[in-house]
Amino acid sequence: MSHDWICSKEWKTPSDTGDARQILDEILTNLGENGWGEEHTFGIHLAVEEALMNAIKHGNQRNPEKFVTVEFHFNAKILQIVIEDEGDGFNPNDVPDPTLEENLELPSGRGLMLMKTFMTTVEYNEKGNRVFMEKDLDAPPPEDDDDDDDDDEYL
Amino acid sequence: MASHHRLDVSKVGGVSVVRFVDRRILDASNIEELGDELFALVEADHLKNLLLNFTGVEFLSSAALNKLIILDKKVKSSGGKLVLCDLRQEIKEVFAITRLDQLFSISNSEQEGLAAF
Repeated sequence: MSHDWICSKEWKTPSDTGDARQILDEILTNLGENGWGEEHTFGIHLAVEEALMNAIKHGNQRNPEKFVTVEFHFNAKILQIVIEDEGDGFNPNDVPDPTLEENLELPSGRGLMLMKTFMTTVEYNEKGNRVFMEKDLDAPPPEDDDDDDDDDEYL
Repeated sequence: MASHHRLDVSKVGGVSVVRFVDRRILDASNIEELGDELFALVEADHLKNLLLNFTGVEFLSSAALNKLIILDKKVKSSGGKLVLCDLRQEIKEVFAITRLDQLFSISNSEQEGLAAF
């Protein structure tokens, strides 16, 4: 599917949280200057922050010799971002659902959940070291899955 | 009392009211320091009743949520109580999405939070 992007950027950065912060700030500034309101950018901020930190901490294990690449495109309605690290990858299906009663006090698993909540699409490659995220402002809002049928969300 | 760079701590009766210096509580270099300072309130300063006031905090990441979960365990095991207050709407939503609003006691205002002790 082709899109007429109003902005496309790419970065390759060492596994440094300060550098990642600068990329994140640039993304948010670009969006803000092009009509993306705070009602959308809070969630995008959260999702991109979580994905970047996952890549640096869990993917590259903070190894300064390993890099994180970021591809970023957006137009008035759609944002796409791809974040790839040089780590061994992981299986997102292995991440336990942090909202289950037995996991509520576990201090882990919420980053991926927040990414999925605030973005329209979150997809990992087979290796699990590259994540594609899309925010589509025309997509219908996610269904309220506050029922008991959400047990398979992370299976 | 342990020194604090990321926190501002004051006493109101028997409750320690804790405010955050940073507007964005991120998983960058400051989150480890923030966690250490929060844990020191319980482990070094032996404070039992903590009211975390989120006034001015615009953003927090899952790493910050994890620190709060650990803090909650430490407070409970010391026989104290942890209450959060003055969360902006988007942050409240994060607690609701993650169902951490079931784990934490959350008040709308500092006054309401103090009354929860």
